[in-house]
Amino acid sequence: MKKLSTIILSSFFLLSCGSEEQQECLTNNNEIIVGGSSGFELSDIQVFKKNNGAEPGTLDPHRAEGVPASNVLRDLYEGLVGEKPNGEYIPGAAESWEISEDSKTYTFKIRRDAKWSNGDDVVAEDFVFSLRRSVDPQTLSNYSSMLYPIKNARQIVLGNLEPEALGVYSTDQKTFVVELEEPTPYFLSLLTHSTTYPVHPKSIEKHGASFTRPGNLVTNGAFVLSDWRVQDYIKLDRNPTYWDDKNTTLESVYYLPLDNPDSSLRRYRANELDFTDTTPAEQLPWIRSCLGPELNISPYFGSYYYGFNTTKPPFKNNVELRQALSMAIDRSVITDIILGAGQIPAYGFVPPVKTYSGEKLNWAEWSQQEREDEALRLYIEAGYSSETPLEIEVVYNTSENHKRVALAIAAMWKQTLGVKTTLRNQEWKVFLETRRLKEDTEVYRAGWIGDYDDPYTFSELLHSENEMNHSGFSNQEYDEFLKAASEKNAGEERLSELKKAEKLMLEEMPIIPLYFYVSQHLIKPWVTGLEGNVMDHHYSKYVKILKTETVNSE
Amino acid sequence: MNNIKFVLGRFLGAIPTLLALICLAFFLVKAAPGGPFDLERSLPEEVEANLRAAYNLDDPVYKQLYKYIGSILQGDFGPSFQYRDYTVTELIASGFPVSLRLGAFAILLALLFGTIIGTTAALNQNTKLDYSVMFFGMIGISIPNFVMAPLLVLLFSIVLSVFPAGGYNNGAFLNMVLPVTALALPQVAYIARLTRGSMIEVLSSNFVRTAKAQGIPMRNIIFGHVLKPTLLPVVSYLGPATAAIITGSVVVEQIFGLPGLGRYFVQGALNRDYTLVMGVVVFYGCLIIAFNLIVDTIYGFIDPKIKTSR
Repeated sequence: MKKLSTIILSSFFLLSCGSEEQQECLTNNNEIIVGGSSGFELSDIQVFKKNNGAEPGTLDPHRAEGVPASNVLRDLYEGLVGEKPNGEYIPGAAESWEISEDSKTYTFKIRRDAKWSNGDDVVAEDFVFSLRRSVDPQTLSNYSSMLYPIKNARQIVLGNLEPEALGVYSTDQKTFVVELEEPTPYFLSLLTHSTTYPVHPKSIEKHGASFTRPGNLVTNGAFVLSDWRVQDYIKLDRNPTYWDDKNTTLESVYYLPLDNPDSSLRRYRANELDFTDTTPAEQLPWIRSCLGPELNISPYFGSYYYGFNTTKPPFKNNVELRQALSMAIDRSVITDIILGAGQIPAYGFVPPVKTYSGEKLNWAEWSQQEREDEALRLYIEAGYSSETPLEIEVVYNTSENHKRVALAIAAMWKQTLGVKTTLRNQEWKVFLETRRLKEDTEVYRAGWIGDYDDPYTFSELLHSENEMNHSGFSNQEYDEFLKAASEKNAGEERLSELKKAEKLMLEEMPIIPLYFYVSQHLIKPWVTGLEGNVMDHHYSKYVKILKTETVNSE
Repeated sequence: MNNIKFVLGRFLGAIPTLLALICLAFFLVKAAPGGPFDLERSLPEEVEANLRAAYNLDDPVYKQLYKYIGSILQGDFGPSFQYRDYTVTELIASGFPVSLRLGAFAILLALLFGTIIGTTAALNQNTKLDYSVMFFGMIGISIPNFVMAPLLVLLFSIVLSVFPAGGYNNGAFLNMVLPVTALALPQVAYIARLTRGSMIEVLSSNFVRTAKAQGIPMRNIIFGHVLKPTLLPVVSYLGPATAAIITGSVVVEQIFGLPGLGRYFVQGALNRDYTLVMGVVVFYGCLIIAFNLIVDTIYGFIDPKIKTSR
């Protein structure tokens, strides 16, 4: 009896704490004035502390993968092309470039004053060395397939040609030439990806695999590696030899590897972080009411979708059924009620980007009721009814958000069509394997963040030979549209091929587009110089820290 | 001489245990579905083949195990799959001091407060003091540290701003306060209960009554005669407590963002970082075996009954 009452008491204690946090902001009573009298006065301490979401696997740009590594590498290295805070392309290590008539040859002029952090000049040969290294099978790069547009890259990755056969060369100390297999309109965008960053040849020769350690690492970006404590922090200091160092204000940047969004939020609230990689979904209502202006949400080049396994019944050769299941989902319920961060309901696969606005089917404009009626009609046409309902399994990787979305979709299918859905969650790696094998998946969750800001990074996922085509969608016409697009130069004609492909895909519906992602960052009011952009690329060299004064407002 | 023989015997006995642990862990890790190269962005076949060859994953499992045992005998845990710039040995070497510091402080804190609280409660058995101390003890046990830690941060870091909300900061005192507290609390409570129960038992034994009858002051009885037998169960609990602190530190390290070994344990498993997870398992295995050995030896010194029965 004594034990029981203790348990009840302690759970009351917990409940009251939990609900209090939901309703009240619970902060110390200090008010902070930012920017001094002018509002733009800078702080004496120019240090920027970011949460990076995870520890980068490596700081070797050619072997790195994933967003956390890319974020750090973007500050350490500078590719040929740079980006403005809003994501617009500007000259990076190259001061200018020329594109040949057939769009297959790019000639870059490397900046005269571009220097490595040890004082060496950045020369064209460094880029030749680096791109060869990036495709060399010996490098064991996970991302070398990104470079397939470069002449002979694929054959080198396959081991059929030597790295020296890559279509890159220098004509003089500061002129670097790249030859492409086909006109690749997004090639400049690839040059902002870490697989194309230059590495310092001499220090790799000298240090071998440990060239990325603090003290060994020589980089050409706005920052240099000053300290790296795995799972603790990565500290970057400004690079005085960087050609644009005069415009850098920050002295240091810290990247923290916190993978738990709740911990990250707490440390943000304790002023130990200036920038969070994301926000915990359950805390969004609280964040909106207590940290409102600090929440930065902007469209992100990512698509959340459900895929059908089109290689097995019931979805094999069954367009009606696939359409019916897609139409029966009220996407606004998912974006507005379940997620609520401003995600955009998706009726097409490619998120809006630059000149490409994406395709939709006509039913995207209908009311949800009309869609549901049509869905029911198609469902019956496919041979199912309330007496003989469809029974399917949805598999997703374990996560609270994926579960909530899956539950809602299962409920919508049940309500509109009477489909009996079983939900199965799997740990991440198990899930990836299940999805890849296509053995016992029926419907699976998926999401994709574009690697470069062109619709092709999405379109290619459903190419019949793409290893990421987990739906098994195989349509010759679709593949031909993609081929036609890749042979064309940038411009409307090429985009129209991609649009045709997307439209065809939507008519076939091998995947159900659900919503487009948004990036969610909490940014302290004293951080300036960052802007939301569709690739969610942020460069610390633009960041300035404003002066703050603490006033006790009690 | 007997002692040395005992320690040596236990030491030799640990070797097959360790071997069994390595084999079991190795097969389990390999048996888990998914692998280090199952990624969101699937690798082109040729790239994956390259990687598999580089990490010797194409050999049959028994051969991989054989090679693995060979290399750990030379003190080489291999390169990490996930943290490609580091070897597993380096990662353990950087993570262990953090976990050790955290764990050692937590154990010391738990021992100190646990025994003091337990003794106080036992000496004031069935009074209000006893009940209230034990009530808080119960709370300590029943609130898991993944709940306690955020509550501590909310109060002490966000509202009162006295301690940092996380980070290691080279093990600075202020940074260690909250994680150590969160980790030690359940153990404080447990040790307090253990001490209380054990002490009450000892207090009612014949030799204590005799001592009282002889008119020896209570203080002398407690420190001279009662404390030592009281602490016996506490000492034997130290083995399991270390294990609990180690596993508990996984959660605490994540919540406070500390660069300890616990996070490698979890992330290694999640990433199918075969070499890292194996390295940590072997290391933890050695540690726990060593610790049990130490506890057994200490036990022998405190409790003559055990010594003679050897």
